[in-house]
Amino acid sequence: MANKLINQMGLPKSIANIFTARNVITAKDALSHTEFELMELLDVGKEEVTSAMAHVSEVVCPPCQTALLLLEQRVRNECMAGHLPTRLKGLDEALCGGIPFGVLTELVGPAGIGKTQFCLKLSLLASMPANCGGLDGRVIYIDVESKFRSKRLIEIGINSFPEIFLKKGMAQEMAGRILILRPTSLSEFAESLHQIKVSLLQQQVKLLIIDSMAALVLGERDCGASRQQALGWHVSFIKSLAEFSRIPVVLTNQVRSQIGDESRMYSFQAAQSRSIIKDNPATYDSHLVAALGINWAHAVTIRLVLEARSGQRFIKLAKSPISPALAFPFKITSSGMVLLDDDGVEMKGPEISTINCQGLSLSSLAVSSAEYFLTKNT
Amino acid sequence: MEVGMLPISASKRGKLLAAGYTTLDAIARASPTHLARDIDVSDSEASEILSLATKASSALERERPNGTHTAVVGGGQTAWDMLNEEKFSSCITTSCVDLDNILGGGIKCKEVTEIGGVPGIGKTQIGIQLAVNVQIPQEYGGLGGKAIYIDTEGSFMVERVLQIAEACIEDMAEYSHQFHKDFQACDVKVHPNNILENIFYFRVCSYTEQIALINYLDKFIMENKDVKIIIVDSVTFHFRQDFDDMALRTRLLSEMALKLMKLAKKFCLAIVMLNQVTTKYVEGSFQLTLALGNWSHSCTNRIILFWNGNERHAFIDKSPSLKSASAPYSVTTRGIRNSTSSSKRIKMM
Repeated sequence: MANKLINQMGLPKSIANIFTARNVITAKDALSHTEFELMELLDVGKEEVTSAMAHVSEVVCPPCQTALLLLEQRVRNECMAGHLPTRLKGLDEALCGGIPFGVLTELVGPAGIGKTQFCLKLSLLASMPANCGGLDGRVIYIDVESKFRSKRLIEIGINSFPEIFLKKGMAQEMAGRILILRPTSLSEFAESLHQIKVSLLQQQVKLLIIDSMAALVLGERDCGASRQQALGWHVSFIKSLAEFSRIPVVLTNQVRSQIGDESRMYSFQAAQSRSIIKDNPATYDSHLVAALGINWAHAVTIRLVLEARSGQRFIKLAKSPISPALAFPFKITSSGMVLLDDDGVEMKGPEISTINCQGLSLSSLAVSSAEYFLTKNT
Repeated sequence: MEVGMLPISASKRGKLLAAGYTTLDAIARASPTHLARDIDVSDSEASEILSLATKASSALERERPNGTHTAVVGGGQTAWDMLNEEKFSSCITTSCVDLDNILGGGIKCKEVTEIGGVPGIGKTQIGIQLAVNVQIPQEYGGLGGKAIYIDTEGSFMVERVLQIAEACIEDMAEYSHQFHKDFQACDVKVHPNNILENIFYFRVCSYTEQIALINYLDKFIMENKDVKIIIVDSVTFHFRQDFDDMALRTRLLSEMALKLMKLAKKFCLAIVMLNQVTTKYVEGSFQLTLALGNWSHSCTNRIILFWNGNERHAFIDKSPSLKSASAPYSVTTRGIRNSTSSSKRIKMM
């Protein structure tokens, strides 16, 4: 839209020629100047500039829809009005049906808590046929840290949906729909994204998983501002991919320890810190926060925090415009993640976003299946 | 240089100055043919310049005050007139009584309000609540208007709008049941789909589209006169990435803010801009601040949403007329509502 050419917009010939003569070729060039600047640059009067820019703006402007139209389209065209059911009853109810299409859903938690297990299950669910509750489509799994284990995928499938997976050839077909990419750098990743965009509609891709986003970004050599900018560009691109193709996009994120003990405050709070800020009871073992910073936290739409408190694991809806602040206890079994309580615990305040790692040890990941080995390389 | 005030092209201005026309009076006294000959333009262009000059110079003339409220300088308004206008300016409720109280009744029309906060505090929730509340019919104390929702980040979730719309209708039915028991026809005839229909949604994917949309809104609102609120969620998102020229960014943002302000005044609607936060290193520590904070001088009011213990609070950070205060609110399945804690007193700062 922004790269539309000025001389193809139906402006009167005279003014269109002036734009071209002054090297204002695309709409973006024109809109990147204030009206006064354009007057000076093009040497025309205010009225002409205003009417030309009004015309250009109308052409470049995104189309108008109503909220009702959006709802009707989704109910009509999409599974569960635009949600991928996770088969975890409590979570699906809280998320109005499942992982929503068209937005970014983030899984963040300490290493070994179950993020990759959840992603494996989601890939299966997306590849399953529609009559079994799946999306009947392909999955693109971006596996940065080489954690994908096909054996584990099949095991989850056999244990969760035995009636489907034990049928001849089904396991092969389902696994055949999941494409795994292993980019080693951010630029390689950007390239694959471009290719993914091209093949999204042709290939019937129904789910994109990036495991993990943090490893991809934090492995780069540049630091600081340029890394933030690169991350910003990638996030916008992935978001636009998700929206234009209306697929769910799931990304995993790591945690890091919080620097210093102070929580961030605004300037008006710092002035009255004694009276306003109450000290939270300090949890001195592993005070963790999500990696990738606050811009990233703004950019994702749904944030699911996986944590462990006193040895019990929880999956929490830390950021979700459509759900109440609930935490569900879970465990990892041979059929993947299983919720222990579908009602969930309602959490008040910013506690829903905190990440704890108490009592989590690798030995607690023992599952009933003897074939399952978890190799963590952290 | 008075001639510099005329909205004409630079070359014409140059020609006027070269020919000796330095004041608007001088231009106004000349005839079109003389002007055309002196500065070497066509007759029609000369008469155009003449009409612009006479308009501009009459606006500069000082009239003798003769007891009526005529403005001394064209285009102005006396404070008394403004006071009378302000009395009748409308507010849009936020559905939280405490929040409405510190806002002086609600989000005011004809004003630009910026609301910022950390992720997950409820900015989009407030935006959606306002988009629904602006539609409350006048019989229930609302404006009966429509809303424009400009989504720059893709955070508009239709499922949530439906939840909030249904809750709003239930509240209205409850209200009419309580207060209008005599009237038979007190059933709220509004269906959630009607509410969704009246929210105009634009998804903006770049700053170019954002600027183009703001330019186009003038025409759009002319055709949809009952729009009473524009919500931009969030306003600085696209300006925070791939911008090399910071000075250009500031100019574009200022122009955008001024255009929005003009829209607010021209069509008597409320503008709500939601903003993200970022950290800033100030006085030896990191502090939270609203993103691109330097640009927003043209916002009338600024509200910051923050966590206070386990409660969400809103703080009036900047306002020409509202007292600096904070109030608690909560986000429930029905939308923004009063906080449920027992101490609901508004804290004055």
